[in-house]
Amino acid sequence: MKLALGPLLYYWPRQATLDFYAEIADSPADIVYLGETVCARRHELRLDDWLEVAGMLAAAGKEVLLSTQTLIESESDLKTLRRIVAQREFSVEANDMGAVRLLAEAGRNDWVAGPTLNVFNPATLALLQEAGARRWVMPPEMSHKALSALLDGIDPAPETEIFAWGRLPLAHSARCFTARHFNLQKDTCEFRCLGLADGIVLRTREGEPFLTLNGVQTQSSRIYNLLGDLSAVRERAGVLRISPQGEHTAAVLATFRAALAGELDPQAALVASRQWMSEEPCNGFWHGRAGVEQYVAS
Amino acid sequence: MNPLPRIELVCPAGSLPALKTAIDHGADCVYLGFKDATNARNFTGLNFDPATMREGVRYAHQHGRKVLLALNTYPQAHNWADWTAAVDRAADMGLDAVILADPGLMAYAAKTHPQLRLHLSVQGSATSYEAINFYHERFGIQRAVLPRVLSLAQVEQVIGKTPVEIEVFGFGGLCVMVEGRCALSAYATGESPNCNGACSPGKHVRWEKTPQGMETRLNGILIDRFADNERAGYPTLCKGRFEVNGETYYAIEEPTSLNTLELLPALARAGVRAIKVEGRQRSPAYVAQVTQVWRAALDRLMADADSFTVQPAWMAALNKVSEGQSHTLGAYYRPWK
Repeated sequence: MKLALGPLLYYWPRQATLDFYAEIADSPADIVYLGETVCARRHELRLDDWLEVAGMLAAAGKEVLLSTQTLIESESDLKTLRRIVAQREFSVEANDMGAVRLLAEAGRNDWVAGPTLNVFNPATLALLQEAGARRWVMPPEMSHKALSALLDGIDPAPETEIFAWGRLPLAHSARCFTARHFNLQKDTCEFRCLGLADGIVLRTREGEPFLTLNGVQTQSSRIYNLLGDLSAVRERAGVLRISPQGEHTAAVLATFRAALAGELDPQAALVASRQWMSEEPCNGFWHGRAGVEQYVAS
Repeated sequence: MNPLPRIELVCPAGSLPALKTAIDHGADCVYLGFKDATNARNFTGLNFDPATMREGVRYAHQHGRKVLLALNTYPQAHNWADWTAAVDRAADMGLDAVILADPGLMAYAAKTHPQLRLHLSVQGSATSYEAINFYHERFGIQRAVLPRVLSLAQVEQVIGKTPVEIEVFGFGGLCVMVEGRCALSAYATGESPNCNGACSPGKHVRWEKTPQGMETRLNGILIDRFADNERAGYPTLCKGRFEVNGETYYAIEEPTSLNTLELLPALARAGVRAIKVEGRQRSPAYVAQVTQVWRAALDRLMADADSFTVQPAWMAALNKVSEGQSHTLGAYYRPWK
């Protein structure tokens, strides 16, 4: 069972980002996904910088991949995408079908089908596998039951990766909700998301945390946490994805590693992880329920 | 400017009466779905069973118009056969095209019914010509519906680099999120637009009069609260008022309608081949009103694009049926972003 660090979904200052990945080099993560997947305007690190970080992590023994942007809008977005596909040093996580087309065209068979490709059935997964995908990341909204049925319907299946920790990326938009909050337009956003380490909490009018605004991306406010469900998760997945957060990411990775090694039982791991969470946990999606729920099978 | 190539007007049909109304008021095509989770407007009381579907197709074809079937949700392993059966039924009933989002299902349709015309649904989230061309090369799709994301210049760029016809949303309810990339409803209610074809479904909605005002909830989550002098809207979860950093406002999107009437000449010049009207969950009266206005506008445009202006009467008619009685150009207008 491998641990993956998903792409950084927030926009942190350059030095903070570099320091973070220096720390990750010594963490239990086996796999690290790098690059800007949320917004093309974020440029504290450019592709060349990401490639440098990738080299450093690869030298530390990590499997490193470059993740492509989820929402491609402009020709310059496509230019970056083509550069990512053209470099051969690192494998690529494809986050839209344009990336899939370019990777397949380049004859690459080492890439990963990202969580926003909407792979929900064996036929679609088989198609991507034929196009060169060696691993796929399950859409977070998919349940254990649906995943099992899918995997039972494909042989051989590519390696399966599951989003196991972090605020769930729930939606993408052309609109920037962070800019909107500050009464700014996206094109002149003043980069207000820079340094909001975990995005901005959106609450209901009763003060209940509900969602997180992260630029053009909307996330859950709760922390999706499958530590308590690891026994079932590991039967079906080869890789667990931990999504970076403002603090304690390395500690979260260490908690997962300990749980996987049997040093902590799943319930103890869930309890231990509370100190690394800024919000309540949830796991509803895995159980085929509303994602916001924290479900404990009786 | 010379007369423009014909732009198709694609209108919603949530029921047989709505279908007939759309045809009678000048729609070139109607789009509709079966009464199940295979389409993205899976709401109680909407859509077509096989008998009404046959009658709808008969009526449209008798008037020389087309019927497009939305099969634009994502099948899963346990219900895969329901979606392939729906494709088979579409071919059997003589539908003019199926609108699909799932690549696996496209592969099935292309292989099993090579004569069946395929459109890429907006739920496929294809926002670039690279993505659209992927579906074209592999499954032979002939048209793609663009998510409500791109600016006019970006739409034009896409059209310049794909052989696939491009259809865009022209009017109706506005998803502020990229279609096919939104799990907000699944997060709040467990019902997924991607897999169940429903967003903020009615069975999770609760209206409650409280001392603070009329409250609307979705699976217990407070989406909005209305004062006595406000019209309480349906709690679509991205259109509620929320609190961010102590400020309460429409943090994601106001209840508003997309209306691109004034952009028609530009959309035509960009090479858009079809304009889609949203609203399969709306009444036949809505369909009549909107179809009539857009038919008149498109006829005017195609007769003489240079002197096209939006008639005040058109706007007045559309205002009557708009969500929240306000209009936006959405992503076509950059500052909206």
